[in-house]
Amino acid sequence: MAGAAANTGVPRWVAVGLLPVINLLAAFLVSGLVILAIGENPLRALAILLNGAFGYQEGIGFTLYFTTNFIFTGLAVAVAFHCGLFNIGGEGQATLGGLGVGLVLLYLDFLPFVLILPVAIAAAVVFGAAWSYLPGLLQAKRGSHVVITTIMFNFIASALMVYLLSQILIKPGQMSPESREVAQHTWMPFMHDIFPIARSPWNGSFIVALLACAFLWVFVWHTRWGYEIRTVGANASAAVYAGISPSRNIILAMVISGGLAGMLGVNEIMGVNHRLILNFSAGYGFVGIAVSLMGRNHPVGIVLASLLFGALFQGGADLAFEIPKITREMVVFIQGLVILFAGALEYLFWPFLVAVFGREADTALAAAE
Amino acid sequence: MMRTLLGAAAAATMFVASASWAQDVKPAVVFDMGGKFDKSFNEGIFNGAERFQKETGIEYRDAEVTAEAQREQFLRKFAQQGFDPVIAVGFAQGPALEKVATEFPDTRFSIIDMVVDLPNVQSIVFKEHEGSFLVGVLAAMASETGKVGFVGGMDIGLIRRFACGYEQGVKHVNADAEVYQNMTGTTPAAWNDPVKGGELAKSQFDRGADVVYAAAGGTGLGVLQAANDAGKLSIGVDSNQNYLHPGSVLTSMLKRVDVAAYNVYKTAADDTWAAGIQVLGLAEDGVGWALDDNNSALISDEMKATVTQVRQDIIDGKIAVHNYTDNNECSF
Repeated sequence: MAGAAANTGVPRWVAVGLLPVINLLAAFLVSGLVILAIGENPLRALAILLNGAFGYQEGIGFTLYFTTNFIFTGLAVAVAFHCGLFNIGGEGQATLGGLGVGLVLLYLDFLPFVLILPVAIAAAVVFGAAWSYLPGLLQAKRGSHVVITTIMFNFIASALMVYLLSQILIKPGQMSPESREVAQHTWMPFMHDIFPIARSPWNGSFIVALLACAFLWVFVWHTRWGYEIRTVGANASAAVYAGISPSRNIILAMVISGGLAGMLGVNEIMGVNHRLILNFSAGYGFVGIAVSLMGRNHPVGIVLASLLFGALFQGGADLAFEIPKITREMVVFIQGLVILFAGALEYLFWPFLVAVFGREADTALAAAE
Repeated sequence: MMRTLLGAAAAATMFVASASWAQDVKPAVVFDMGGKFDKSFNEGIFNGAERFQKETGIEYRDAEVTAEAQREQFLRKFAQQGFDPVIAVGFAQGPALEKVATEFPDTRFSIIDMVVDLPNVQSIVFKEHEGSFLVGVLAAMASETGKVGFVGGMDIGLIRRFACGYEQGVKHVNADAEVYQNMTGTTPAAWNDPVKGGELAKSQFDRGADVVYAAAGGTGLGVLQAANDAGKLSIGVDSNQNYLHPGSVLTSMLKRVDVAAYNVYKTAADDTWAAGIQVLGLAEDGVGWALDDNNSALISDEMKATVTQVRQDIIDGKIAVHNYTDNNECSF
């Protein structure tokens, strides 16, 4: 993008700021037409969506709770991308991460919270990383494509959780395949427990997510490992020539990716559900792909894209709730349009922007000369 | 028969409806992950709510959850906005309802398929094992090979309860009968995999089964189709599925969630809604078996007499049907 801007003389703020906004507006415009077609007022729908996401404290809390999940899975996809890998196993890695957190909270609850917190986060990372280690190893040593193996591992993770929760960890005497509730002192504090705000699932994991962003930024751009991973991602043959082992870095990138995805378990199990349940990953792993793409695989972009999707999830839920005619499938449709315009059709309006801003830049350049 | 019964019930309620409603109700329902159009459990609730709306003109509002945390969010929102009564669909909503019902003690909540013990919550559960016992009896009597099949959806205790009741019913008629059991899968995808359901049914036919019972949501449609193609008999579940393949669907095990949902709203409007646990079994007509024009040729008089007798014996307690989830094993 920055490169494109440089070549056409379009100012950077247009490329980084204006273009995504135009794409978003285009997506909303098309959504609006569809909402109009089913006989509802699109402006009212937009108002409900925005109000649902940012208009009141509980709504903001839910938005940031979803945002937390998307940051973790978005970062996970991004770090693999930097190595040229497409990790679509975020779901499975998050499931295992949650299992790790759950086991710590269930069986190590004699520890005080200050010890539980780091142990639980470590368990999330280790379990998630272990789940992506095998696909990484198979890719590095045998050339089995991670797209295939990671998605297969999603199913294995799901089956494993069903087995554990329906046979072993289930609280006896209940129908639902769920573990018992974990001891209250092991819960991640809710933000509404710390600050005087309305109840919502927004919890301390949000801060963990922001720390993970900082970690990714330092790791990818300011360490030797990050440099090697990016080199392998850019050109594996050149990396070999430079004395960098692609297989080692593929495994490293996958392990870190899985660890980040696994941390979703901290938000879901330790932060919100307080017990092990099935399917808490609920598609966040897949949305992480869109988040990472829209965020340009950069932590700042990922936080912004996560906020956008968090707002769409929460605002969309309010929309479906307030207007009975708009179903939750309709909300998924709107989210899909955002992905379509901001991701797949990203440069649809680019020639137009070049025509408007590129010329100005040229004249500015000419004037400078 | 079903149709006339329903018609009579509808006519009766129309009569009640013409009298003025004792109380203003603002009914709402929170569907579970499957969504209101799952062709099965949630849709049953939806049908019941729709019937109430059509008959009374009182509109209801609904919400469908897509994330765990939203169950609590939607229940709380309905309560905050003054909706009453509110139905929570499915056992997974139990913990969320427990929290919200405590916060809003003046709102009436009903939960289906789960027990939540609070003074403002009505818990509605079904004895699926009893209904399954009856269709097991019919399966064993209709079978010529002495081998029958069962195709379950997701492998959870609830579905094993269906399987175990069915097996008991089969063995009640023919102690030497063989019951082949297959679960479609271990993830929620198992509720909607008709292709795999059909394959499982075919493999059971290959082993000699000639009647197969599907307790698998949308997956069951594939089971019924496979039985029809192979010229075998099948048994539907939850709603009356006899019409899907007339002459091939032996009967359907009815689980009247639609009636349950309808009754929640109706009793709330009549002011006869009561908190507590409602266990709907054969005696309460919460479960049962379906007989209509589509399958009357398949059900002989002897079968009808036997199953009617067994039904009465279960209601009277002469036959005890073991519930799988009492001890998580199928011992009887």
